Amino acid sequence: MIANLVQLASEGEPQSPLIPAGPELLVGAVAFAIVFFFFWKKLLPNINKVLEERRAAIEGGIEEADAMKVEAQSVLEQYKAQLAEARHEAARLRQEAQEQGAVLIAEMRAEGQRQREEIVATGHAQIEADRNAAAQNLRQDVGKLATELAGKLVGESLEDHARQSRVIDRFLDELEQKAEAAR
Amino acid sequence: MSADQTQLAFDWSCRILSDNGCGFPAPGLHSFLFEPIATIGGFEFNKVMLLALITTALVVTFFWAAFGKAKVVPGKLQLVGEAGYDFVRRGIVYETLGKREGEKYVPLMVSLFFFVWIMNIWSVIPLAQFPVSSAIAFPMVLAAIVYITWVALTFKKHGFVGFFKNVTGYDKSLGGVLPLVMVIEFFSNLIVRPFTHAVRLFANMFAGHLMLVMFTVASWYLMNTYMIPAAGVSFVMTVAMILFELFVQAVQAYVFVLLACSYIQGALVEHH
Repeated sequence: MIANLVQLASEGEPQSPLIPAGPELLVGAVAFAIVFFFFWKKLLPNINKVLEERRAAIEGGIEEADAMKVEAQSVLEQYKAQLAEARHEAARLRQEAQEQGAVLIAEMRAEGQRQREEIVATGHAQIEADRNAAAQNLRQDVGKLATELAGKLVGESLEDHARQSRVIDRFLDELEQKAEAAR
Repeated sequence: MSADQTQLAFDWSCRILSDNGCGFPAPGLHSFLFEPIATIGGFEFNKVMLLALITTALVVTFFWAAFGKAKVVPGKLQLVGEAGYDFVRRGIVYETLGKREGEKYVPLMVSLFFFVWIMNIWSVIPLAQFPVSSAIAFPMVLAAIVYITWVALTFKKHGFVGFFKNVTGYDKSLGGVLPLVMVIEFFSNLIVRPFTHAVRLFANMFAGHLMLVMFTVASWYLMNTYMIPAAGVSFVMTVAMILFELFVQAVQAYVFVLLACSYIQGALVEHH
């Protein structure tokens, strides 16, 4: 290996290293021409085409991605709009239901009130009627009893007379008025 | 005839402190000369030419494998090839010439870069161990190709008068010193430039190879009795130089192509 590095010219003084050897010039020119030819005609056009294709593919991919992004954006907006609409709708429905419920409750309350008042009124009327009837009966009975009693005390029947004179009625009315005043 | 003949010239028994009285077999110009491997009709084919042709084969084969059936989704090899291609195309050509103007010169610059780089790399490849670009003929051919491209382009772009205005840096505002500037610029651009373009690459690789040979040979030469530590130092230097050379090889390929681009760019500049 070391020997390989050291080459001695076998004859004479070596010429100046700045003077090119003719055959080497020729070989150098040919060697480079071949390299250049392959690069120029075949290899670089080849790779340039591929690089161009790759660039186009990447740009196409980017464009596609952009388009998809835009689409996704629009879909998202659509969804958002729909969601907002749905929320709005739900809120509206809830509001409506609340209002309807309130109306229903008010109606029912009014109805209940009405029914209650009706029942109470009916009750009152009934009680009134009963009381009147009872009072009527009582008045008759008391009148009769009082008259009978008075008749027994007096010794003669005062019935007809008493009835005509309305004494008993007046008495009973007075009694009633006293009772009411005491109440 | 074979390359072995040149190897015989190296005396393996030659060591420091040995009593056979031989000195340090210092590398020199002879380290850059090769006996022909074969002679075909008076045409002497040597190791450097062989390496140049292998360079071509390597570059074409690699990029054929990488780009031959290029796919939109690249394989590993294509990815590596693309990285290299992109480095030259975007990192050098587009940077100097712009995308629109530069596109046309991409094939030339890519070929130049990889051809020069691989020629340089032979410097540290075992068994080859010789940078093809340290033979001046190879950088010269490449510099000539760039030079011809540049001159032709300048003519095409600016016409005959425009060409001379371009290469002489004609600028009326310089006034009195204009003739001086024109002479200097003319020599600098048209005569010195191709020479420096080639020599810059050649000299770097030439010097690198000398250094590598020197430390390698010294490592062997010093390996005797109490000088063995010195041989160790020399060996470490060899390794360090190999790493350094790897760097220089890439840098020189880059610089060569960058300069080519900047020359082309000079031709494309509109004259005032």
